[in-house]
Amino acid sequence: MIPEDLRYTKEHEWVRLSNGVGEVGITHFAQDQLGDIVFVELPPVGTRLEANKRFGTVESVKTVSDLFAPCNGEVVAINTRLNSDGDDFQPELINQDPYGGGWMIKVKVDNPDEVTALLDARAYGELAKS
Amino acid sequence: MSTATLRTPLCEVHRQEGAKMVDFAGWEMPIEYTGIKQEHLSVRQDAGLFDLSHMGEIEVVGSGALDFIQGLITNDVTRCAATQCQYSTMCNEGGRVLDDLITYRFSDERFILVVNASNREKIFAWMQGRRPAQGVELKDQSMATALIAIQGPNAQAKLQPFCSLDLEAIRYYHFHQGEAAVAGKLALVSRTGYTGDDGFEIYCQAGDAEAIWKALRGAGVPPIGLGARDTLRLESGYSLYGHEIDEQTSPLEAGLGWVVKLEKSGFVGRQALVEQKQSGLKRTVVGLLMEGRAIPREGYRVLRDGQDVGRITSGTYSPSLSKGIALASVESTCRPEGTNLQVDVRGRAENARVVKPPFVAGSVRRN
Repeated sequence: MIPEDLRYTKEHEWVRLSNGVGEVGITHFAQDQLGDIVFVELPPVGTRLEANKRFGTVESVKTVSDLFAPCNGEVVAINTRLNSDGDDFQPELINQDPYGGGWMIKVKVDNPDEVTALLDARAYGELAKS
Repeated sequence: MSTATLRTPLCEVHRQEGAKMVDFAGWEMPIEYTGIKQEHLSVRQDAGLFDLSHMGEIEVVGSGALDFIQGLITNDVTRCAATQCQYSTMCNEGGRVLDDLITYRFSDERFILVVNASNREKIFAWMQGRRPAQGVELKDQSMATALIAIQGPNAQAKLQPFCSLDLEAIRYYHFHQGEAAVAGKLALVSRTGYTGDDGFEIYCQAGDAEAIWKALRGAGVPPIGLGARDTLRLESGYSLYGHEIDEQTSPLEAGLGWVVKLEKSGFVGRQALVEQKQSGLKRTVVGLLMEGRAIPREGYRVLRDGQDVGRITSGTYSPSLSKGIALASVESTCRPEGTNLQVDVRGRAENARVVKPPFVAGSVRRN
């Protein structure tokens, strides 16, 4: 259930690092706790992210939850299907495919070591169990 | 207040169904089963089943029962006939809401008041403290009583095969009681609910709840958690205690003037409510429909042209409308339908329009 190739934060974000760019989303555990996701607020491309600081918001029917940056870096892409004004608006992708189509932002990370120092799948699995 | 978690007779059944359980007013209750959106739409389009056994049932019996209740609630119980139900508030001396409730009238000498779980002990103590020395007996039947609701446009069709009562004959806000009424069990069935759709509430002995629940589940009626119960009531514009109404709010300020009968003599809070009405109501509760995708939440500020005019009392994403909706306590001048207001959503002023609830027209019968 918890992909081995990703890194995780204690706040239930995941990061998929590839060529200095980290794709970021929230975990299966997080989306299950939130329930039906209906709205996502993401920072515009070009925004500077500071590790552990709030970078956006995810809302389910019943609750609002902050998103926290897993590392320092710059936003280079956002998943427009999560917060567009158009017909392709599909925030439920986070529920349906949290590690794939439900990705939120891509970050050009300042230092890849910050990402590898995050929790691995085993450590996150322990956290999500407790 | 007791600190041990209370459980309804259906608690284990909910767990077996895979419900997410939460603490609600001291009770372990299902918040959702398959997801709030899906459960919500099941009720709007077909029918759904709710365990509401946490609700309080206070029985009032005796030759003085009618006068006693008349002196405590803001509505006029003499307008509620036998086998009829009536929505009301109960206020303190200051005309602020202690609870909202439904009165079931069996006869001049027997009533059941259905109160919120969170207020059950407070209301029972309040009533005991005002009970006349003779002619009125109070019994808290809450623990012995289970409450199952079936709600939705197809509720009657789903329930009738298990029911010895002719449901068509039960009018809105009326009830029938009978032996072997539902799934072979003694039950009281009322055409009442909190969803804005047609439906029934079934009161039975705690030990009979599982048989009734399983019969209806066996007929394919999905279980609905408290999460969807809240989105359904909010789409219908119904007040929820602790949100639109509380001990700081009068029913007049909460848009519940229709259950306050000031012409009725001598009920607790009347004088304060008369004075409040005479001096003019400063606040009211309105419905807000968001223009964009932002979702209003309880406690968010409401603005008009940048000026603070009130607060969101309940806000959610509406599964029927795919939009944010809210009830808000605002200055009375904001009441007219179509008034343009803004909601402060995490520092951004998001446009909203005043609308008259219900936000969604359900299948509820009005006769």
